[in-house]
Amino acid sequence: MRLTVDGQSFDIDADPDMPLLWALRDLIGKTGPKFGCGIAACGACTVHVDGQPVRSCSLPVGQVSGAVTTIEGIGTAGELHPVQQAWLEEQVAQCGYCQAGQIMSAVALLDEVADPSDADIDNAMGGNLCRCGTYPKIRSAIKKAAALKTAGL
Amino acid sequence: MASIGKIARRTFLIGAAAIAGGVAVGYYYYRKPFANPLEADLGKGEATFNPYVKIGADNTITIVAPRAEMGQGVSTTLAAMVAEELDVGLDQVKVEHGPASYAYYNSGIMEEGGPFAFFDESMTAETVRAGMGVIGKLLALQGTGGSSSMRDGFGKMRQAGAAARQMLIAAAAQKLGVQASELETANGSILHKASGKSITYGEVASAAAAMAPPSEVRLKDKADWKLLGKPQKRIDMMAKVTGAPIFGIDVRLPDMLYGTVKMSPRFWSKPVSADLSKAEKMPGVVKIVPIETNYGYGFGIIAQNTWAAFKAAEAIEAKWADPDYPLDSAAIDGVLKQALGEKASATRDDGNVDTAFADAPRERIIEADYAVPYLAHTTMEPMNATAQLKDGVLDIWCGNQAPTILRQLCANQLGIEQDKITVHTTFLGGGFGRRIEMDYALYAAQMAKETGGRPIKVTWTREEDTRHDAYRPAAVGKFQARLGDDGLPVALDMKLASASIMAGVLRRLFPSISPIGPDKTIVDGAFDQPYTIPNYRVSGIAAPVSIPAGFWRSVGASINGFFHEGFMDEIAVAGKIDPVELRKTLMADHPAAVKVVEKVAEMAKWGEALPAGKAKGMAFTLAFGSWVGEIVQVADTPAGIRIEKMWIAADVGTALDPGIIEAQLISAAIYGLSAAMGQEITFADGMVEQSNFHDYDAMRIFQCPVFEVAILENFHRMGGVGEIGTPPAAPALANAIFALTGKRIRTLPLSKTVAFA
Repeated sequence: MRLTVDGQSFDIDADPDMPLLWALRDLIGKTGPKFGCGIAACGACTVHVDGQPVRSCSLPVGQVSGAVTTIEGIGTAGELHPVQQAWLEEQVAQCGYCQAGQIMSAVALLDEVADPSDADIDNAMGGNLCRCGTYPKIRSAIKKAAALKTAGL
Repeated sequence: MASIGKIARRTFLIGAAAIAGGVAVGYYYYRKPFANPLEADLGKGEATFNPYVKIGADNTITIVAPRAEMGQGVSTTLAAMVAEELDVGLDQVKVEHGPASYAYYNSGIMEEGGPFAFFDESMTAETVRAGMGVIGKLLALQGTGGSSSMRDGFGKMRQAGAAARQMLIAAAAQKLGVQASELETANGSILHKASGKSITYGEVASAAAAMAPPSEVRLKDKADWKLLGKPQKRIDMMAKVTGAPIFGIDVRLPDMLYGTVKMSPRFWSKPVSADLSKAEKMPGVVKIVPIETNYGYGFGIIAQNTWAAFKAAEAIEAKWADPDYPLDSAAIDGVLKQALGEKASATRDDGNVDTAFADAPRERIIEADYAVPYLAHTTMEPMNATAQLKDGVLDIWCGNQAPTILRQLCANQLGIEQDKITVHTTFLGGGFGRRIEMDYALYAAQMAKETGGRPIKVTWTREEDTRHDAYRPAAVGKFQARLGDDGLPVALDMKLASASIMAGVLRRLFPSISPIGPDKTIVDGAFDQPYTIPNYRVSGIAAPVSIPAGFWRSVGASINGFFHEGFMDEIAVAGKIDPVELRKTLMADHPAAVKVVEKVAEMAKWGEALPAGKAKGMAFTLAFGSWVGEIVQVADTPAGIRIEKMWIAADVGTALDPGIIEAQLISAAIYGLSAAMGQEITFADGMVEQSNFHDYDAMRIFQCPVFEVAILENFHRMGGVGEIGTPPAAPALANAIFALTGKRIRTLPLSKTVAFA
């Protein structure tokens, strides 16, 4: 089957029941999305399909019809997405393992709501677990990213 | 005064074993420096000065920070120690973990291993502390734990940077034909001001590295620090916001196979029957192999991709032997309570507790029973390792907290020499003590024997990870206090029982050492608190339960912080004394403790009245050499109790990076709150009942309080950072809930009694 990931096209030979996450990680080599739970309970595997955040560990690859975007597709070290820039400035990450998923959820939130309230952040980010407890910085980074985006940076 | 011999006889598992094995080796061996492991693997034009510094001819400066980076920021601050003395910016250096090597021994991890409180500076305590440091070097344990990396690295990392700088200056002086004293350094260059001549470190690196290291190294005064003492940008942040492949689970190698494991759901049990036929026939499955290690029995599934391996693991049908521990949580609790009734030797025994209670009027005595459950670590990155065994040589990639132990155990497992093993330590997607265990590495090494030389990445499911941990053990405590007429305690008796962590660690990691002596982790956080009470006894008993018990962020203090500080709050209430005032009074002998309590009370506006439906609770612990006070504010809401705010004051002696320290304090507090609110590992039929985040969750962003943190530097010795925020979190929350609801909850998790929003 054919999969579009981060603007690139891939032909893969996968069991259609295989979760998108494992197709990305093992077959295509995109290791940005992380395996955390396998039951859509932690958000570490969050990617976008046609701009919508999905838990790739629980979405069969055979059901993916849109373009997939991973953390590797939203920005690079030389050209960071405003959310990544805010994460860097706020020094959010500790172990960093959940952060690709956190960032993808935050990007989707800001695409939907330009200036999110605390309640918006709680709703959008509640499915993303962080065992290092970086939540206070995640919250401040989302607010900073909203400001960066509004300023067109 | 107790002699060292006496201390050694009654001293504590690892320490006693190390003394027994170590003293015979003698002082000479202790003085002998370890070889520099970087010499074996230098790039073209690269020179090394010591195990921590490499400089290339192109002025690429590499610092080795040989401790596990599991989020605590250790690589940044260790690199900053070297960079500070080397006179380079952190943005100018490359930081690597480096190889497994005895040169990277951690002596700090052992230093507080003796039966002394951190504030005990008697000659005996100091002598044992120095001795423990020697043992740390003799054992040559390259480990990350015990909140020890800064204390261990503070001397040697700065000296490594300073020595390299002095050698570079000497080489530059020779090259330029000037006096060394006329040269200055900045940003990786050496400047001769008088002539305006300047050369880079790289230009003189190979000449400098060939010189003898200076016999005397002068370190900067604290006042001259440019990096240390100030918040630095973490060296790992860019990789972590761009999704770079930095974790063990991200390793990709040519021709790599994938796998997983299905280990016995009953610890240490062998399979009595197994039907692999269905699993073996599943698409993508290459082979299923038996696994037998220090961690017990099971099967390894080798496959073309991780998903195929997971599916096949589910399809294995096996029956497992009965375990040698009680089958369910009720039976385990029975064993713990029975242990409490046994005679125990006291680790702290001030005054005469028996006499103090003998004539106490009933109304002046308070009593309480406390209990905490087993806990899993649940790092975000499930356990995994990648291994390749080719031509008798093993390469292994994984996050781990002890590379030299990993190498030793893999050598034992495969029957090969340690010098045939290369350990590639990656970043860890969380550690919290879980990755000082080696099961994930041993399984991958074992499976690599079966792949015909191809590398294999072995990833556990979350279910396997949750059900095969080295758990924070369940514990129980029985406490009694006698109050005086002024409400202050005149006697306190604490009896504690749990499975021995150290006995379990020895069985898994040091199988050749037999457990001897009591286990200090059972009483840590209770016997060593800076309270002065005339009659004060703390005793611990190891309960015979062989479920794997391990190091869980803050270890014994995670248990006893809750017990001690919960009961202290009960004493305050019974004695009608404000909890903050009670602590200030009882800790008056320790000004650092009093200042912490005063600071956190001031930040939280402790004395001010709160609106109805809100309340505060406080707790204080001294653990890993740092003094920490925490206050939690809770609110009663229609959806349940909401944790609104948390204030933390911590005295760490010397704060090397206030930004990272603040992040660690908040992190550790959330880790403790998560467990206190809802976490519990329970057993039925010899197996763990929980399996994934739906039944073993942690705090979410919508439950997270607002934090305010103060970092103090009053005490004259440096303390640890990574674990110190955890022990006071649970009791501060439970005490706040008592203040809010009048319910005194003595058993965790709190969610068994109250609901959280």
